[in-house]
Amino acid sequence: MNKDIFVIVEHLKGQVADISYIMLAAARTLAGETGGEVIAVLLGQNAQGLANHLAADKVFYVDHPVLADFTSDAYLATLSALINENQPRAVLLGHTSVGSDVASGLSIRLDLPLIGQCLRIHTEGGTVKFVSQICGGKIMTETNMPETTTLVTVIPGGYKPEEGQSEKSPEVVSVPCPALEDLRVKLAQYIEPDVSDVDISKELVCIGIGRGIQNQDNIELAEELAKAMGGVVCASRPVVDQGWLPTTRLVGKSGKHIKPKLYIAFGISGAPEHIEGITDSETIIAINTDPNAPIFDIAKYGVNIDMFELIEVLTEQVQKAKGG
Amino acid sequence: MKIVVPIRLVPDLVEELTIDDSGTALDMSWLRLIINEFDDHAMEQAILIKERSEAQVTVLSLDMEGIDDVLFTASAKGADTLIKIIGNPEEGVNSHALSRILANEIKGLQPDLVLTGVQAHSDLDGSVGPLLAELLGMPYVGYVAEVSTSDGKAIVKKEYPGGLIAQMEIKLPAVLGIQAAEQPPRYVAVSKVRQAMKSATIEEHDISALDPSGGLPVSRMFQPEATEKATMIEGDEEAVSEKLVEIFSELGII
Ligand SMILES: Cc1cc2nc3c(=O)[nH]c(=O)nc-3n(C[C@H](O)[C@H](O)[C@H](O)COP(=O)(O)OP(=O)(O)OC[C@H]3O[C@@H](n4cnc5c(N)ncnc54)[C@H](O)[C@@H]3O)c2cc1C
Ligand SMILES: Nc1ncnc2c1ncn2[C@@H]1O[C@H](COP(=O)(O)O)[C@@H](O)[C@H]1O
Repeated sequence: MNKDIFVIVEHLKGQVADISYIMLAAARTLAGETGGEVIAVLLGQNAQGLANHLAADKVFYVDHPVLADFTSDAYLATLSALINENQPRAVLLGHTSVGSDVASGLSIRLDLPLIGQCLRIHTEGGTVKFVSQICGGKIMTETNMPETTTLVTVIPGGYKPEEGQSEKSPEVVSVPCPALEDLRVKLAQYIEPDVSDVDISKELVCIGIGRGIQNQDNIELAEELAKAMGGVVCASRPVVDQGWLPTTRLVGKSGKHIKPKLYIAFGISGAPEHIEGITDSETIIAINTDPNAPIFDIAKYGVNIDMFELIEVLTEQVQKAKGG
Repeated sequence: MKIVVPIRLVPDLVEELTIDDSGTALDMSWLRLIINEFDDHAMEQAILIKERSEAQVTVLSLDMEGIDDVLFTASAKGADTLIKIIGNPEEGVNSHALSRILANEIKGLQPDLVLTGVQAHSDLDGSVGPLLAELLGMPYVGYVAEVSTSDGKAIVKKEYPGGLIAQMEIKLPAVLGIQAAEQPPRYVAVSKVRQAMKSATIEEHDISALDPSGGLPVSRMFQPEATEKATMIEGDEEAVSEKLVEIFSELGII
């Protein structure tokens, strides 16, 4: 085993995903402790250009037609060969639709330990510790780095993407592709997001509703407030999964990242997957009956009250203030 | 077509969570457990496939407090076989150990499709779905929001950020991590669940040996210390509204 830190670069449709830069920032901290290099691992087809802004000491680039787009099967085969051959100190993957599809498989295939949902890395008394976030952001855990190659999946929030970007292009080393045979997973096509609805990522005032809204009929209450304030209604995942609002209104990890002047969250607990989509909001106000809801850790103002007692009164007062 | 859906109960996160005396695990004694939301979607997706193509649906879980009711509910929704793996406390069992136990059980069932929830609240050492897939020698695709099957293949919609979807084709047998079913999980009347309690049986199978390797011990568990907590606005709805309107106008919004 050497001292290097591998970062598995995620990219989608020709764009490096932010999580890749976040992982590079985390890897820099880790490499400082292990005394190794940060090596970005990029799989693709004619995709060397994606390496340009990676803040890595080196990029291992694997080129192959079946690696043009992510599939778990081909990534798993390629990465297990690469890790086996190089024996890095640690391998960072995103806790994402890409990384989570392969990290566990690598752990079994290579018989390596895996630490999931890592937010931050720090050292205490010479021991490297991985801090993970579980239970919807309500619980944190610390795990010591073991003495073997360690697989880690990383969640956003602990490092800024800018910290993993660089103006200077890193050295790119072409690495041969292992035989990719008997692949069982194939990309048929991409289906682009629906653009017929408003683009919530461009709105200045967003009224977010979560499971606390209880049913579809109550959505009107949020619509009224949004109308009074000149904003739009958006939602957490359960509201969209229940079919109460279209996917175009989903905020978070699998939905849109919003950046309004004001975001008001009604009945949203503030799970990390939701928080991910709202951190660029200028001001966040949260209304929640649970005083321990994680949303209060990120909101500027909080109200610990039943939303149904508040929302209509608030709408009336906004209408009055605007009228007067 | 044989479909297996492994399900688990998780702490209801709306409740207050506390850490036990060891300082490394949740105190489970007062926790209210509910079905992992994504497992409910996985079950719904399995039943939708069954309704389209005569599949056999097996719902499988480790024994835990309250699991019988959840299994009978699954039966009332349309599951054909219910299996409970008995003989071990859930505590201290990490995802790697769980996956090995489930893999041993599932191997014997020879499924075409295994539908897990995309994740539960606490997969500190990876998710059971992809671990299970590798142990069974099957491919895995997660973040799946719709599944259909034809010609020995599953055709799925895999979710990427921003609403982008990848339509993927996966050779069966396969394990899929379900994020959402094509339609919201159905409700069943309590009377139907009661009926299932009389007519359906839960098969009890013994647990296989525990092997947690690949997961690591937690050295400390704690509640997040927020650097900046929100400024709380106190008062009744009138007072709060007034204050909020003030904030809105300070922000130049109204
Ligand atoms: C891979 C993956 C991707 C995901 N992507 C996303 C995503 O993009 N966006 C997203 O939002 N989630 C996403 N999730 C889901 C996420 O983990 C949470 O489950 C979800 O955000 C919870 O939504 P919620 O806060 O509305 O519901 P809950 O967590 O159930 O919270 C409801 C809140 O409402 C409060 N409440 C209830 N009644 C009232 C009332 N009358 N007045 C005031 N407050 C009340 C409760 O106290 C509680 O805090 C994803 C999950 C996974 C695994
Ligand atoms: N104890 C269990 N019994 C059966 N299935 C489980 C169990 N734990 C996890 N699973 C399955 O694995 C999925 C992912 O869980 P997790 O790995 O805990 O995030 C769950 O949604 C279930 O489908």
